[in-house]
Amino acid sequence: MNEVDIKTISHKKLLNRIYKAEESKFFETASFGFFVYLMTDLVLFASLFAVYAVLEANTVGGPSGQQIFNLNNVLLETLALLISSFTMGLAILSMKKNHRNKVLGYLVISFLLGLVFLLIEMTEFNHLIAIGDSWRRSGFLSGFFVLVGTHGLHIMVGLIWMAIMFYKILKFGLSRVNIRRLTLLSMFWHFLDIVWIFIFTIVYLYGALGR
Amino acid sequence: MVFASVLLGKLSWQVFPKDIVTLGAFVSIVGGGILVAAMLTYFKKWGYLWRQWLTNTDHKKIGVMYIILAVLMLIRGGVDALMMRAQQASAVGASHGVLSASTFQQVFSAHGTIMIFFAAMGLMFGLINLVVPLQIGSRDVAFPFLNLTSFWLFAAGAILINLSLGIGSFSAAGWLAYPPLSELKYSPSVGVDYWIWTLEIAGIGSLMSGINFLTTIIKNRAPGMTLMKMPLFSWSVLCAMFLVIFAFPILTVTISLLFLDRTLGSHFFTASGGGNMMMYVNLIWAWGHPEVYILILPAFGVFSEIVATFSRKKLFGYRTMVWALAAITVLSFSVWVHHFFTMGAGADVNGFFGIMTMIIAIPTGVKIFNWLFTMYKGKIHFNAALYWFFGFVILFTIGGVAGVIMAIPAADFQLHNSLFLVAHFHTMIVSGVLFGYFAGFTYWFPKIFGYRLDEKLGIKTFYLWVIGFILAFFPLYILGFLGATRRINHYAANLGWQPLFVVAGIGAVIIAAGVAMGVWQQIVSYRLRHQYRDKTGDPWNGRTIEWSIPSPAPFYDFKAVPVINDRDAFWVAKKNHQELVSDDDVVDIILPKRAPISFVLGICALIFGFAMIWHIWWLVIVSLIAFVVSLMIRLNDEKPYEVVTAETILKQEKLLKSGHGI
Repeated sequence: MNEVDIKTISHKKLLNRIYKAEESKFFETASFGFFVYLMTDLVLFASLFAVYAVLEANTVGGPSGQQIFNLNNVLLETLALLISSFTMGLAILSMKKNHRNKVLGYLVISFLLGLVFLLIEMTEFNHLIAIGDSWRRSGFLSGFFVLVGTHGLHIMVGLIWMAIMFYKILKFGLSRVNIRRLTLLSMFWHFLDIVWIFIFTIVYLYGALGR
Repeated sequence: MVFASVLLGKLSWQVFPKDIVTLGAFVSIVGGGILVAAMLTYFKKWGYLWRQWLTNTDHKKIGVMYIILAVLMLIRGGVDALMMRAQQASAVGASHGVLSASTFQQVFSAHGTIMIFFAAMGLMFGLINLVVPLQIGSRDVAFPFLNLTSFWLFAAGAILINLSLGIGSFSAAGWLAYPPLSELKYSPSVGVDYWIWTLEIAGIGSLMSGINFLTTIIKNRAPGMTLMKMPLFSWSVLCAMFLVIFAFPILTVTISLLFLDRTLGSHFFTASGGGNMMMYVNLIWAWGHPEVYILILPAFGVFSEIVATFSRKKLFGYRTMVWALAAITVLSFSVWVHHFFTMGAGADVNGFFGIMTMIIAIPTGVKIFNWLFTMYKGKIHFNAALYWFFGFVILFTIGGVAGVIMAIPAADFQLHNSLFLVAHFHTMIVSGVLFGYFAGFTYWFPKIFGYRLDEKLGIKTFYLWVIGFILAFFPLYILGFLGATRRINHYAANLGWQPLFVVAGIGAVIIAAGVAMGVWQQIVSYRLRHQYRDKTGDPWNGRTIEWSIPSPAPFYDFKAVPVINDRDAFWVAKKNHQELVSDDDVVDIILPKRAPISFVLGICALIFGFAMIWHIWWLVIVSLIAFVVSLMIRLNDEKPYEVVTAETILKQEKLLKSGHGI
């Protein structure tokens, strides 16, 4: 080993040592920053809710919410998403107890439930488009598709993230970085759950009541 | 044909400009780029540029890049302004001026968009990057990689808007692209799409910066620096970033919906199909009004630092200053309807928003008086930075009073969309925002570059700007009262407006001379940099901790992070003949590595935006995948840091003391 190599190795050790000392601070900063990001996402959804509220009555001869919403499907979607949020919580609890395999198992369950949610939503969208009630039909449908679709897009990102997390934990175990990222993922997933509760109430339940 | 339309979307040979003005502008931009590239190759500086600047996560370097780009965009927007002034000064009676109607529309749309999103925002984020980490004793921002990525998204937006000169055309629907004019039916060209994707990309960059700096200020302050011990510039940035976080998502949503209307045929803002175009105006101003406070609050912060430093006094009423900032932050979300009192929302709604608009003037007035009281009985040291403050405080008050006049809905019905309005908001943004950032740039320049700017040329620059400004915009107040509307490209000779428009044109030329003088000041100061060297690191007898480190600020900022016990920590330490930190406090640290991926992400975003504008769908998918994959590669590096040993830091400190680095 020549001198340069020794220097690199000692540098690497030094890096690891300092990084370890700063780790908890990074974790705190990252969670805070991610939380702030989620709040910006909340403003984004709030804007979409406002848009939907303004356009809801503008059916211009097209169907209203009462005519197109299938509450049975929505119930299934809601159950799938709420349970997946619960299993995600269990994954975090297992992570804190350092049970790698349990974390992986709960991740799989959360992923599958999220997938069920997304598939039901896509079926609903496909059906509406097939019968000619797409976002082109009316202001109401534009607002509906974009609000619910934006949430669906977020779910899709969450699913991709979960798949990557699964692979990472499978390969590297519950390393510090993985713990940090899994925590952020769970924040993201719970956040989408909360947004869905509002969509469920304001769009579907309120819409199904009719006027 | 089908193949070509899949491959190239809406691109064809028809897209290149035919009129000589646009073509000339595009050719000169491309030519300038080629010249710079040739010089870089000749002097073999590509590697230096790549390693030291383009991929460097050091907040000071990012700040300088923001400012350079913002100044270039300021010049581009300024050329637009000169063309508008030339048009309005000459298009009277039988003459139809120098620009065709469609070029004129594109020019005023581009001017507004560029000046707000790229000149003003760029100078703001530049200054914030330079100063905030130094002022709060944080070695870098909370997320350095994100910071550089934000910059490259900003740069991608800037490149995209300039591409519209040469490929296709820019929006002709004004800087905020109100529907239904901006809908596909009335604006079928790609102009509005350029506008949308420019702002979408740059806007997401700004939003990420907002999250970044909010987190930095909340989480990374030096030990002992409670919020109420934080310097006012950092406070103003905290409030501005708070506004960014709440306002920019609304912008993203609004222009995304406009994009959906134009591209996928939805009905959000269309005149038919159940859309609601006034919803667009509400949404865009729910972002747009906080946006003007996003720009002005950091300028207020700059003046708070400068006035205290050059009066050799503690800032008068620190607490009221903070509360005024907080009040403006909250109130700025409750005034947006004053941009369109004429919508017809009714007397109650207009009354509410009119009163709220008058109320928000109160905390601003508090700040003005606090600055004046800070100077009262102070030992005032006249400096170019303080000159900008004097210009600001007089002009900004005049503009503010004009704003309060327009806050009265009944008056606004007369003044709406007149040149009076144009004069008002230019007074706020030029003499408020720009003067503030120029002052801040003059003030903190030595800290970043290690030498002061030439004082006399700085004052000359100031006078050219102020005189030019008064000549360019005071006639517009009068023209507004006479009934001249904004964006007017021709008027009858018997109205007698031409002399005033000519004066305004002369004013614009004087401002352009001011810009040239500013550039000259840079050149002269650079050549005399050894004479103007800042040997102590504290050229102005400063009060806050950024002046406690040597100039130019080393890449690790602080050799050791000081413990803060006072608002003016450095000032107190100087008075007690103490050092904030000693060499014994220096330890090994880690700093973020370079991040070439940020640059790649910027390129991906640029290609993505371009493909979206021209409907080249395969390229949209490819660039999106490239974006995600690059991000993954970056996230795979779990410890993107490198070590700086205490030994290196102490060596560097010694070098800086002997004048190294300028």
